[in-house]
Amino acid sequence: MRKVLVGIKRVIDYNVRVRVRPDGSGVVTDGVKMSINPFDEIALEEALRIRERGAADEVIAASIGPDDAQQQLRTALAMGADRAILVRADGAIPSMIAARALHALVEREQPLFVILGKQAIDDDSGQTGQLLAGLWDRPQATFASKIELEGNSARVTREVDAGLEVIEVDLPAVFTTDLRLNEPRYVKLPDIMKAKKKPLDVTDLAALGVTAAAQLRVVRLDPPAQRQKGVVVKDAAELVAALRQKGLLQ
Amino acid sequence: MNQVLVVAEHSGGKLNLAIAKCVSCAAAVPDAEVVVLVLAADGSAVAAQAAAITGVKRVLLAEHPASEPALAAVLAPQVAKLAADASHVFGPSTTFGKDLMPRVAALLDAQQISDVMAVETANRFRRPCYAGNAIATVEVDAGCRVVATVRVASWQAAGSGGSAPIERISVDTPLPTHTRFVSVSAGRSDRPDLQTAARVVSGGRALGSADNFALIQRFADRIGAAVGASRAAVDAGYAPNELQVGQTGKIIAPELYIAVGISGAIQHLTGIKDARTIVAINKDPEAPIFEVADLGLVGDLFKLVPEIESQL
Ligand SMILES: Cc1cc2nc3c(=O)[nH]c(=O)nc-3n(C[C@H](O)[C@H](O)[C@H](O)COP(=O)(O)OP(=O)(O)OC[C@H]3O[C@@H](n4cnc5c(N)ncnc54)[C@H](O)[C@@H]3O)c2cc1C
Repeated sequence: MRKVLVGIKRVIDYNVRVRVRPDGSGVVTDGVKMSINPFDEIALEEALRIRERGAADEVIAASIGPDDAQQQLRTALAMGADRAILVRADGAIPSMIAARALHALVEREQPLFVILGKQAIDDDSGQTGQLLAGLWDRPQATFASKIELEGNSARVTREVDAGLEVIEVDLPAVFTTDLRLNEPRYVKLPDIMKAKKKPLDVTDLAALGVTAAAQLRVVRLDPPAQRQKGVVVKDAAELVAALRQKGLLQ
Repeated sequence: MNQVLVVAEHSGGKLNLAIAKCVSCAAAVPDAEVVVLVLAADGSAVAAQAAAITGVKRVLLAEHPASEPALAAVLAPQVAKLAADASHVFGPSTTFGKDLMPRVAALLDAQQISDVMAVETANRFRRPCYAGNAIATVEVDAGCRVVATVRVASWQAAGSGGSAPIERISVDTPLPTHTRFVSVSAGRSDRPDLQTAARVVSGGRALGSADNFALIQRFADRIGAAVGASRAAVDAGYAPNELQVGQTGKIIAPELYIAVGISGAIQHLTGIKDARTIVAINKDPEAPIFEVADLGLVGDLFKLVPEIESQL
């Protein structure tokens, strides 16, 4: 069976204006909308399309996170994943621990490929895919905007600083998604009902043999420095004059 | 003594300007000995440029035909091998560094810190998260090796005029063949580079078409600026992906940033927070971009941009 493993992270919705708690211990999460990390939604959509094209047989959605991440996994199942795995872990999960947990799942499931978001919009670390590929000693194709499977390899177009890079990797491999890979589908009501019957296994780090002790800690969060609100000028001439005065234009 | 190994990014025999900024960050580590590592097919010219950066103690040059074009899977085992004596391994937070450094961290079983904006101690750093809505202070256990990407927009480039010795070394480690370079499409090179330009003009969804986006390009050329774009403009195909500015695109810190027809979503603003002066041109006086703009101009961009040009 050709399996695809997809990472699903529960994060604060991208529309929420995130605020730091006054004591610096974290960000405000009470009553805040939580969602699937947008890049992971793109990853899942890609996996589903590949399965629908007949190039894979099973899509497994996996999350490393709190019990509540079952909500996001149910959404992933409603989108079309065949089954889901929650690896229970509380608090902020360092990328290395997430990568180790995914690596343990990879050894168990032996997927054709793993597809993750290029970054999670909460910690913005952008490491998990590369860490997993390094631990697994397999190819990585990060920031993908196009994935073409060709037998035992894949041709991936990557969004890099210079423009678009194309690389070829042998499978199994790890892919991470960029924004323009696809547009995720919307979930329909009947699919939400169907998703309730799909398997969702719950396990934890210890059961996978991953130690939760991190060598990396977030000591404190601070709000960012605020920029001063500036002035509105009345017309183009005034703008040009102001820029000249600041020495920014000749 | 902390040996801080900086992995050089380069292409076409030129050292990326971000590396001089990484050297500044590396030099901020207490008691640092900054060593630049050049992995290249033919790297003498790049090594010489690295040796000239102020603050660099030594340059290691390891030449191998497989090292160019750069592929993370091929470079990572070499970096890991050569990092034996390093307490810290730094790379730029460009797509090159973001791709490579975590893989190095995995091979070294080290902790990786992304987008270092400040160094507090040898094992305590500051970095942005939540699209720049929070700044995290993170700490790695003392004695653990640190792998990091450096948020280049937070650091001034180290000066030049140094003359560090260049050591040629060979790396004795098997390199994988499971990852192969096919091609890269390079954009126009006759404009200033978006990541290092002193001036940037960016266009948003308001431009409405790729043809109209030429207005932004013309204005940028007129004032010697690089061109940027919002995600909406890139998604709609008005501008290529490498011009996207923001949380998930490029983080930049020009002297002058001019946002034209861009609303100022948080994901965009996080990419321009460090700009010295922000100018916003938008027809909606309530657009969030005006919250951060030093100079705002309310009105129709299709009328205002030509008016500005006629004043120059
Ligand atoms: C996971 C994720 C990551 C993202 N990453 C990024 C990122 O890196 N960078 C980024 O930019 N965005 C990013 N976004 C998208 C972001 O949320 C916004 O959707 C996007 O920035 C909006 O682009 P815009 O300002 O061009 O378009 P809009 O928000 O549609 O704004 C257009 C503006 O143009 C003005 N306008 C219209 N016509 C005229 C006219 N004739 N003259 C003058 N003004 C006019 C309007 O008043 C409006 O303010 C991300 C979103 C997500 C979910």
